[in-house]
Amino acid sequence: MGLTTQSLRLESLRDIYEIEKGDKQYVIALAGNPNTGKSTVFNYLTGLAQHTGNWPGKTVASARGQFKYKNNEYIMVDLPGSYSLFTASKDEEVTRDFLCYGNFDAVVVVADATCLERNLNLVFQISKLTKKVILCINLIDEAKKKNITIDRQGLQNELNIPVVLTAARSGQGMNELKKAIENVSFKQTESDELKNLSYLQYESETREKITEQNYNYANELKQKYVKEDINKLNRDKKIDDIVTSKKFGIPIMLALLGLIFWITIQGANMPSQILAELLFGLQYKLNEIFIGLGVNDFLRGIVIDGMYGTLAWVVSVMLPPMAIFFPLFTLFEDLGYLPRVAFNLDHLFKKAGAHGKMCLSMCMGFGCNAAGVIGCRIIDSPRERLIAIITNNLVPCNGRFPLIIVLSAAFFAFTGSFLDSIIPALSITLIVLVGVSATLAVSYLLTKTLLKGVPSTFTLELPPYRAPQVGRIIYTSIIDRTVFVLLRAAAVAAPAGAVTWLLANIYVGELSILIHAANFLEPLGRAIGLDGFILIAFIAGFPANEIVMPVLLMAYMSTGALTDYESIDSLRQILMSCGWTVLTAINVMLFSLLHWPCSTTLLTIKKETGSLKWTFAAFIIPTGIAFLVCFVTASVYRLIW
Amino acid sequence: MKLVDVGVGKTVKVERNSAHDYLKERFLALGLTKGADVEVLRKGPKNNLTVYRIRGAMIALRNEESRFIEVL
Repeated sequence: MGLTTQSLRLESLRDIYEIEKGDKQYVIALAGNPNTGKSTVFNYLTGLAQHTGNWPGKTVASARGQFKYKNNEYIMVDLPGSYSLFTASKDEEVTRDFLCYGNFDAVVVVADATCLERNLNLVFQISKLTKKVILCINLIDEAKKKNITIDRQGLQNELNIPVVLTAARSGQGMNELKKAIENVSFKQTESDELKNLSYLQYESETREKITEQNYNYANELKQKYVKEDINKLNRDKKIDDIVTSKKFGIPIMLALLGLIFWITIQGANMPSQILAELLFGLQYKLNEIFIGLGVNDFLRGIVIDGMYGTLAWVVSVMLPPMAIFFPLFTLFEDLGYLPRVAFNLDHLFKKAGAHGKMCLSMCMGFGCNAAGVIGCRIIDSPRERLIAIITNNLVPCNGRFPLIIVLSAAFFAFTGSFLDSIIPALSITLIVLVGVSATLAVSYLLTKTLLKGVPSTFTLELPPYRAPQVGRIIYTSIIDRTVFVLLRAAAVAAPAGAVTWLLANIYVGELSILIHAANFLEPLGRAIGLDGFILIAFIAGFPANEIVMPVLLMAYMSTGALTDYESIDSLRQILMSCGWTVLTAINVMLFSLLHWPCSTTLLTIKKETGSLKWTFAAFIIPTGIAFLVCFVTASVYRLIW
Repeated sequence: MKLVDVGVGKTVKVERNSAHDYLKERFLALGLTKGADVEVLRKGPKNNLTVYRIRGAMIALRNEESRFIEVL
């Protein structure tokens, strides 16, 4: 796996990794083992909100940001986590190549204070390439909790590079880090420019010898300069004995998932009602004002009932569950729970012929399928990466979750007892399980047919549990999500609302265009337990799934079934009056879970696979499953009802 | 003996890494070099994955992988 040094390739790599900089500007690379808090260091320095999470492989493409220190500007490049420069998975290649060919002025190697021995190997490797290295021993607060003490001065003298102890989350040691960055960046010598690339071209046996020496030295340094308390080290082991045990691992995981949904449903109810009252009250007022001003009815309809109305639906119905679900999910991510999920489920993925880390890209899919598809880069084997990309859409994303949450809250809380809060949470958990089962089934079938092969090798690190940064998570995910959703809503929902309103109010013959279209799709919709309007809404939701529900409600209301939205219960009444049954609710949830990916995701798939064929597969496979599953449930329902 | 055959709770020393290509490099990167201490911590669901403490980190390996590590 040595590097080719053909001059052509070298030149082109230099072009890719050359970062433009002006006077008084310096390029600083951030490298380190996966999951050492590089992104937290990056965020602290640059003030950017790069998503952080406690699992290896989160940063799959390098992020860039800047900060100022004493009149100079520093351009930070956050490189994907890497165990070694010798091995190269797709994301690790980025790190290696940047360190070889990038025009950086300093490299900050971020190391985990609680696992210094393992982290030092990379420090030694990078030190062979360049002299402009700073060792940033991060998570010193976690180390303190575990009674680990590190002799910074001793290490610095021994390694002969600046060593800084930091806790980037609280900002501890960050000034020292900036100072160290300044010192190293200013020290430009000619010999620094010549990187010792031959170091990466040794034969396998030599590399093995070097690694062995590196690790022996790392062990020696650890014995000398790091003091540990073995009792404290066993805390994680005790937690993991339960959380990843044969018996309780999977049940605990399902219970936690259910709990997250339960909190989301309970928490979303109130804000949803308040927002609805506010926004629809305003719509009423706006309509009055427009009428008072004598605005043309048609224009008023497009702007207020079409554009504003759809926006109001997105904000009041879709936003609250999102704003609650994602901080909760991020909490578990920060804690370090996701790799445990991958651990518990690996045997299933192995059987399906998929990669164990697919679990992690699926978890990213919960946030956004396009991000999940990019996240599949953590999977090395091209075959398994393709499987992960094609199936990622079977995890409900950000835009689809609220629909599932809202519908299960509306339709499955019917007993009038305490069960009302539990059944919806259970049904959402079930829906997610259906998605996971579909993922496994598709992976299995692909492995047996189009993408034949055996599961590739797999190593999974279970990072130490870390106390989540609750305040930051709540703040950033609510602000990020809110801004993100509102912008997307404005960009997609408003025009979609206008178009829907137009289609509902332009008549061809006796009926509006919308109704003609709905009638046309009605037989197909009926066959799978839906109706024509629902299919139209899903088609309209192609640019963004957030608008499926709002467009559907608009379409229904335009047919005359006008009811004021006051609570989740009135949503049920509106839908029931349009002919919905429990089957419709179930099938809309299933269809939303399984149907085609949104346009952004498809474009990302095209980019990531570089193939129209696989992009088409990623469209047609879920769509086929959605129709099939809904057809089956509808048929079964009709048989027993 | 192979690492896959070591019982839970035991600590062993790596003798040889007989994996090839990518896996071999990956093992080395994780610190599974000759002489490294490996503690067997736990087996996961279906005995599919085993958690090891390697160089202070917890690493899970499948049986298919851990059989390439010879230990003493």
